[in-house]
Order: sequence, then structure tokens, then C-alpha cells
Amino acid sequence: MTEVIATNETILVVGGGISGMTAALEAAETGKQVVLVEKRPYVGGRVTQLYKYFPKLCFPTCGLEINQRRAKMNPNLHIITMAEVTDLQGEAGNYTATVKISPRYVNENCTGCGDCAKVVEAEFDNDFDYGMGKRKGAYLPHRMAHPQRYVLDPAIIGTDDAQKAKEACKVNAIDLDMQEETIEFKAGAVIWATGWRPYDANKIQPYGYDRIANVITSVEFERMADPNGPTGGKLVRPSDGKEVKSVAFIQCAGSRDKNHLLHCSRICCMASLKQATYPADEVDISIYYIDIRAIDRFEDFYQKVKAKENVKFIKSKVASIVENKETGSPVLHGVDTEGYNRYADEHDLVVLAIGMEPSVDKNSFPVEIAINEEGFIEPAPENGGVFAAGCSSDALDVNRAVQHATGAALRAIQVVNRVAASEG
Amino acid sequence: MADEKKFAGYVCTGCGLGERLDAGQLETTATRDGKMQSCKQHEMLCSAEGVQMIKDDIANDGVTHVMIAACSRRAKVEAFNFTDVALTRANLREGVIWVRPDTDENSETTQEMADDYIRMACAELKSMKKPTASGEQALNKNILVVGGGVTGMTAAIEASAAGYPVHLVEKSGALGGAVAGYYKVIPTRSPYAEPAENPVPAMVKQIEEDSNITVYLNSTIAKTDGAPGRFEVEIATESGSSQTVSIGAMVQASGWKPYDANNLPEFAYGKTPDVVTNHELEALAVAANGGPIKRPSDGKEVKSVCFIQNAGQCSTKEGHLSYFSGVTDLVSIKQAMYFKELNGSDCDTTILFDNLRTPGAGGEDFYRAGQNAMVTFSKGIASEVVPGDSLSVKFEDKILNEQTEMACDLVVLATGMVANSGPDPYAQLMVDEAEDEETKAKAQAALENAPPSILNLQYRQGTDLPHLKNGFTDSHFICFPYESRRTGIYAAGPLRRPMDMQQARDDATGAALKAIQAAENAALGRAAHPRSGDLSFPSFRKEGCTQCKRCTVECPFGAINEDAEGYPMYNESRCRRCGTCMGACPVRVISFENYSVETVNQQIKNCDMPDEFDEKPRILVLACENDAYPALDQAAQAGVEINPWARVVPVRCLGSVSLSWVTDALNSGYDGIVMMGCRRDDDYQCHFVRGSAMAAERMSKVGDTLDSLNLEPERVQLYEVAITDVERAPKLINDMAETVEKIGMSPFKF
Repeated sequence: MTEVIATNETILVVGGGISGMTAALEAAETGKQVVLVEKRPYVGGRVTQLYKYFPKLCFPTCGLEINQRRAKMNPNLHIITMAEVTDLQGEAGNYTATVKISPRYVNENCTGCGDCAKVVEAEFDNDFDYGMGKRKGAYLPHRMAHPQRYVLDPAIIGTDDAQKAKEACKVNAIDLDMQEETIEFKAGAVIWATGWRPYDANKIQPYGYDRIANVITSVEFERMADPNGPTGGKLVRPSDGKEVKSVAFIQCAGSRDKNHLLHCSRICCMASLKQATYPADEVDISIYYIDIRAIDRFEDFYQKVKAKENVKFIKSKVASIVENKETGSPVLHGVDTEGYNRYADEHDLVVLAIGMEPSVDKNSFPVEIAINEEGFIEPAPENGGVFAAGCSSDALDVNRAVQHATGAALRAIQVVNRVAASEG
Repeated sequence: MADEKKFAGYVCTGCGLGERLDAGQLETTATRDGKMQSCKQHEMLCSAEGVQMIKDDIANDGVTHVMIAACSRRAKVEAFNFTDVALTRANLREGVIWVRPDTDENSETTQEMADDYIRMACAELKSMKKPTASGEQALNKNILVVGGGVTGMTAAIEASAAGYPVHLVEKSGALGGAVAGYYKVIPTRSPYAEPAENPVPAMVKQIEEDSNITVYLNSTIAKTDGAPGRFEVEIATESGSSQTVSIGAMVQASGWKPYDANNLPEFAYGKTPDVVTNHELEALAVAANGGPIKRPSDGKEVKSVCFIQNAGQCSTKEGHLSYFSGVTDLVSIKQAMYFKELNGSDCDTTILFDNLRTPGAGGEDFYRAGQNAMVTFSKGIASEVVPGDSLSVKFEDKILNEQTEMACDLVVLATGMVANSGPDPYAQLMVDEAEDEETKAKAQAALENAPPSILNLQYRQGTDLPHLKNGFTDSHFICFPYESRRTGIYAAGPLRRPMDMQQARDDATGAALKAIQAAENAALGRAAHPRSGDLSFPSFRKEGCTQCKRCTVECPFGAINEDAEGYPMYNESRCRRCGTCMGACPVRVISFENYSVETVNQQIKNCDMPDEFDEKPRILVLACENDAYPALDQAAQAGVEINPWARVVPVRCLGSVSLSWVTDALNSGYDGIVMMGCRRDDDYQCHFVRGSAMAAERMSKVGDTLDSLNLEPERVQLYEVAITDVERAPKLINDMAETVEKIGMSPFKF
């Protein structure tokens, strides 16, 4: 049974991505007791799946290392992975959270040695790579995963693979009888940092994501560019594995669109500008956009990419994509609104700059909370002691998410400090 | 006896260590060479049982110093978190067995590697002390907020709500800042459909009613002495009186200034009063007093207005702002809606833009609201405004691809925000380090036109927060927005980067948290980010100090002051524990309890040095613990081989590397030295900002050392290594091994 020591002075953080981790660490480093509940088997969230950050083109794992070190060193912070908050009752200063923990089948004895993965044969689509590569049925989600503890895929439980894994483990870390458990604990304030997910590209029918192999999403492109990703960092066409010579980025794929997401997802312009720097200078790059939304100093980065000879900007909302059956290349149709010229442009690969939507559906919140039309949490007083952090509140870039999460930590601290004062 | 030291070693034989290595020999090495008073083996040291064994020894046997020979110091941190002792870890798993092939012919060198890491760890431990807080500061919960605009007021309200007393200092005679004079503001709540009520009056009222907030109007900061937990701040009023308050930490929210539109003669600014800036339009809207907005020249009701976006911004022209001010498109939409509201829905409002930047849910909703209110959005770039009774705006219509013009009664220039920061303490450095004449001239001009100080810090390295770019203050603008180069002082709002009001309020709340955290941790002697919680702090041996001032100059955080005689004064709570001062010190008198010139030197010396004829070179690797070391760990996980001659020593930052380590290593027979630090250019990734750069500068002089020893320059290499260099980091080490093979062994072996 997972044990959690918590009181009305404890802060519950829901979601361990960059926002949740930041909020949790900032509160813990201010001396507060924090319980962080994360759905995945590891913390860090979606930024762990990014190859580089804009505009510095630095590596997200660099900041992750620091945050994970802070987490490892801080006794005030209790992280529960593979867990979800299913119910939240009460009011500011007095909540009871119900948390469902899925079995990992690997206990804290695990040393991260990897002996189990060596013997397990079954392979599954690797969700860390958005299904582009394979991983074993016993796996460490990524090399820097924290906790550094393997996971058994539930699908191998009851198979020979599971038995082999158990036998290979010299430290008795594999527990095949592990069951789902539900625990309850108290919290004075809650930071809701459940983040975002990429909009379902299949819904944007004219772009043929489900039909055309060489139409991929920006998050998939990011994995492809990563040397530790499914293609070893090679930018290749999914259809035939050929190296790409031309790439088109389609902005606002799902965003700023009444049929899909009403909002502007904020990050996609900068993300595409960043991704335009990944291919070699010989690769032709076309960016189809409505407005390039480079905010403050990001303008410098926009100008830098604009100055690259291989990058072309076309002001146009692409109307449709069809596949050239002979070459497998996507052909983009639309009108360039600067001068109103029709085009039919063929590219080796199309990257949909996919929009961000809130991870939690409007109707699935376990607690009453004010949500706007776009599904983001409103900063409403009636939310009581529940405070949104990061992308659960709006489409934000990493910097703004971290900034927002730091503020959310203070809001939560205000509540638990009031509890502490009244309890004397 | 309380200060009696007891050294205990623990060798783990789990994770294949027992199979790959001779644990008995490791134990002997720890006791015989490493002088551990005891050494125990355990088949799984990180298990509850193994950890309990160590805990018991600490509790019952008085163990004060613990050497753990197991996995990387990055693994099982929680298990081995013994806070009551000095602790070191020999990395035998990721550092040895995972990077060496499991074959008979390699077993000898693999064992030698492991033995060396044990000798090194023991030697390090011998010169380590358990860090303890200095008690230099007590808990001071008072938070100072400089600037009484929306950002500063928010910081004050939020800090107070958490139970911290606030001193709010405002230069002018009233709270409210720039926004106080606005007719309405951009909406911050769903449905983001129309301009919202100005929040300033309500905020001012809230502050006036809050007995926990002391407001100082017409006041400035005359002097700031001290450090987090013990700042002494002299607040001076316009009338000449002053008082000193004791402060735990502070938020600087000195805001922004409107861009000077006199730099835009092409838009007839200054030639006709009917061309106004967005900032000035607010006053016209307020003056309209609920009636139609009138144009300044003749008081005529405005029937048509044109907004020129990005006037003087997003432009590299002389005198323009190169950045985008974040909020100015939303501001124009808001102001266009003023005309629809006050002057009637038939008032022509045109916004000339190139890229309309209204991000997020609120941004896009408000843009749509503008469209619904029949604001005309026209993709065009304005080139000129011709004054006259009716103004003529000439522009390039980007849709029709033609030069055209439009007539209107009033033109609003969407000009940008300029940071209201103090002088950059590194302005002179920017001049000195400029790589070309143009940059130098710019830096020189910035130095000469420096604004007056806001904080008046009595710091060796200057009076105010360092700038990052375009006059905005320091911040790591991706992962750690509050990473300030002046610990305990947090910039918030448009001082930090251009931003809208909602972002400024979020930012202020975050900055207030950081200030509270800094005050709390100062009291406990705990370091701020990125070595959060570290209790070690630098001290120096005064008798050895030559008052050369390198430490006070090179500290990336301006933490060190000088006393009257020129000796360093460390200010523990300003320090970030990177050790750059230690690396800077030519006479090696600076040390931390658990990290010093000696702790590393002992590791270097206690590695077994085979003689020249053994054909077993030794390569010293000094690896930044933040990026290079994790890269090597990941290489080990991936099974990438590392040459068996390498001995890796993690360092807090390459900036902490003392040149003496390099000299001593060469003198004691190392054949090659590889140093790995973080990227150090404008897009630096050094967690201590300048540490890696300082190291590179110092090591550029290593050639002299090599010359004097008559050694080949290739023997010492310094690289920028990223945390993702999983293949490259080992390769750099292996390349050095090849180099040594080519040029031969060092002649300096004993």
C-alpha cells in the first residue's frame, strides 16, 4: 500500500510536467509539504519529449536534470507516479483527494540496471516517441527518467515474458502481483497542472494525416530530430525512409479555427521556426502561416530564421493536401493571400504545427472548477483552493508556464499558511 | 569527543559489481590505501537493509564520514541522503562496469579503474567536512517591493496574503503606475469580449486597507546593504528624510517607459498633434469622459482612426526597438473598441498590421471580438503619415500587393515598451568583450547613457540587476525565469521582458514567491537555485590571501564584497555555491567544507599512477556535474565504451576548476586532461551564467604551463559538452587516449 503522510497544510500538485514540477519544487523549497501526483511513470511531462527549446536551441533535459536533482534532494516532496486524481472533495484548507495508482509491477528496489529489459521479448509501440518506434515490454521510458525505475507493460503480465523479467531481476524489484490501488489523503490547497496534449490531427480531415504517410505532426517531427529518437536523429520520410529534401510546415493546424480549437496555441509559430533549423541548409523549407506570432525577444529568432536562404514564408491557410501517388509526396493546395496566387506545392514531408489542447476534458474534472470555452481553467475566486498552473490555464510556452506555476505555488502557500495560522 | 572523525566505506556488490569486480580487493583498497577505518560490503547497498546498516553505523558507531562505492552520484540519491555526515560516492557502476567490456582481457584495467575511484573517493572524503549553516542570517520575513504599478502592487498583495510584511516603495506620489491613467484594460477573463474595467483603483484600495503593507510614496532606494535575510535598505523621500528598514528579500517592479515616438518623424509624430502614441491615446479616452474621443488639434470628434502596428519596433533601424512589445496588438484592438464604444459603431477603425500577434485563448478571443465589433484589420505596412486636416497614411497593402494610402482623422502609433531598469553592472564588460566595432560602439553608448540607479546596491559588482538584452533585466528566459544573478532580488513585470498586464500579475506573484523563498532559505543557510538546499559556503584563509580581488570580480552573482583592506567578504546568502571564486583564486585559499582545491587535488594525487613503462596512461576528466556528468551517465546506460585510462572527477561548474589542478595533474604524470563545461556564448547553458566562460578564459593561459613543462599542447583540451552528448562526451575522452598514444606518455611519472 502506498503511504502518504498529508494534512490540511499539505499542497497537492496534480501533474508532474514542467509546470507541476516547478510548482511542487518551489513550494517544497519554501518549506511546504508537497505531494505530486503524475499519470506517467516519470516526471517531466511533454518537455522530456522535446529535442530542443526555442529560441536558444538548447536541450530541455538540461533543465530537467536540475529539476530532478532538486526533487531527489528535497525531503518535503513526495512524488507518486502512474497515479491520477479521481476525486477531490472539500474546500480551501480542507480537501480530501482520492488517487488511483496503476500497478508498475516494479517496486522501489529497482536499481535501473536493465536486466529485465534484456530478457523480455515482447515489443510495443513506444508512446514516448508518439508510437514511431518500439520499446520492450519492460522498459525505462527514457534514459533520464525519474524515478529511475523500470516499468512492466500491463500487456506482458501473465505471459512468459513477465516471468522471465521476474527471474532476471536480482534485487527482487519485480512484483507481478501488484494491483491497482486507491488511496485517500488530505490537502489544504491543490495546484492543477495537468498540461496539454496535441490536438488530434485526424480531425483535420483536409490535411490527410490519417491517409498520407508523409504528413506528420510537429511533436512527431521533434522526436525524429532527436538523436535518441526513433530515427536516430535522421529526418526521413515515414513512407520510404528517404532523407527529406523539402519540408513544409503548416501553421495553425487545428488552432484559430472554429471547426477545431478556437484559441491560438501560442507556441506553434516559434516551434516551427525552431524546427526549421533542424534540417541541413540544403533542405528547402516552406512555412505556411496566418500570422507569425513571435513575442518580445523571440522576434530576433524569427528574423534569424527569416534570413536563412532555404526558408520561405507563405501567408496562407493551406486548404487541402493530396498525395502524389507516384512519389508519395504530399501536395499542398491553397491560395497565397499576399497577391492571391493559387499554388499546388509538392514537398517530401509535411509537418502539421499541431495545436495544444488541455489534457483534461471539460467534463472530466474531479472537482467543480471554472473553465472557459476553450477548456482552460479560469483564474476564478470560486475555484477556492484549487489553482491552475501552466497549460491547464492557457496555451503557454515553457517560460510562461514556469512563471505561472511559480505564482500558483504562492497561491497555494497562502491557503496552507492560513490553515497553519488558524491551527496555531 | 564531538569532533572526532570516523571514516567508513561501503562497497556495493549489486547490479553486477560483485561479478565484474573483486570486491574483496576494493575493500582492501578502501582500508589500506583509502585509510577508511572500516569498510563493509553489501549485496544491495541501496536496499532498506543496506541503508539501515549505514544509518546504524552513523548512530551507533559514530561514523562521521561515509564513502559509498556503488552507482553514480545521480542514482539512488534519496536512499543515500545521509544529512548528518560528510558523504562521497565512488561511481563503479556507470563510471566503470557499464562503460567497460565484460571480457577477460579487460578485467585487469576495469578493476584498476574501480580501485582508483575508491582511492579517489576516500582521498576526497579525508579532506571533506560536513557542511553546516553559518547562521549568518536569521529569519527576516519582510519583503521589499520596489515600484507601485500593477506589478509591484500585485507582488505586495500576494506576499502579504501569504503572511509576509511588505514595504512598498513608489517613486511618484501615487500608486498605480502606467496603468493608472488607462481608460480600460485588455480583458483577463473569459469571454474576453470587451475592454475591462481598470483594476488599479481596487488594488490601491486593497493595499490601503492592508495593515501588513507599508507604502512609501515619493520615495526611492538610497542604499541597499547586505544580503538576503539581512538587507538594510535606506528609503529616502523626496522631502529629504530617510529611514532604514531591514528586509529579507525583494522584488524589483520598476516597470517600463513608453518608447520615444520622436524617433518616428516619418509618421509625422511631433509635426501634428493628431498623431499620438497608444500610450497617449489612453489620456484622450479618459478625457472624453464617456463622450466621443476628440482629436487634439481642433477638438473635432474622431470619425476615422488608423492604428499603425509595430511603429518603431520589430525593426533593426537606428533608434527602433528590435523586439516586439508583446502586448501592442491587443492594445490596438482594445483602443479600436474604445472608438466603437465612444464614437459610435460607424467610426472607421483600421488596424494596419503585418503579423497580428494575439496569442493564447484570451488573445484570439479578443481578436475575434474586435472583428465582431467591425474593426478593420488590414495587412499592410505603413511607410509615411502626411499631416494635414485629414491625415494621409501611406502603406503597402500586402494583400493586393500595391502601394496605397488612406485618409483618417487620427493616427495611433502602436509603439513599444522600454524597460525601466537601472544601470547594467556589466556595461563596461560588454564594451571590453565586444567582438566588432559596431557592437563596441553600441556598448560604449549604453555605458555612457546609463540610467540612474534604482536599487543602489552596495555590491562590489555594481548597483543594480544585470541586463540580459535590450535593457531588460536578467533572467534565464526558458527553464528558470526567476534565476537572478543577484540572489534574493527578483525582477518582475515589464522590467524583465515586455508583457501584458495579466502576465505581469502572474509574474509578480511568482517573483513574490521567490522572494519569500529566498528569505526563508537565507535563515536556514540554504542555497538558492540551482544548488537548492546546499549548506556549504565559501570561506577563505586570510593569511594566504593576496587581496588580488579576482574572486570578487569573477563571481557570476556579485556575491562577494571587499572590506576596507581589499579582502573578500563572502555574503553566504548571496552565494550560489558554484565555486567560480575558488577557480579564480591564484593562491588557493578559498574553499567550501565539502568542495575545495584540496578535495579535488587529493583525488588527482591518489589515483594510482603507473610508471612510464607500464603503457597505462592516465587521463583526467573534469566534468561539469550539471551537464557533462549526466551525459557520461547516459552513455553508460547506453553501453558506450569509455577508455580505461580515464578518471572522471565531477566539478560543480567548470568555473570552479583551479588551474592548479591542471598543473598538479600534469606534474604528477597524467598524460592528458579533458575538461567538459557547458556552452558559454550568448545562448549560454552554464547554470552559473559565466562559470564556463570564466573557465575557458583562464584555461586559455594553460599553454604557458604546458610550455614551461615542455609538454605538447594537445594534452589539455577544454570542450563545451551538452547533456545530450551521449555519444560525443565519451568520444572526446577516447580521442584524448588516441592522442596520448600518438604523442607518447608523459615524462612526468614517478
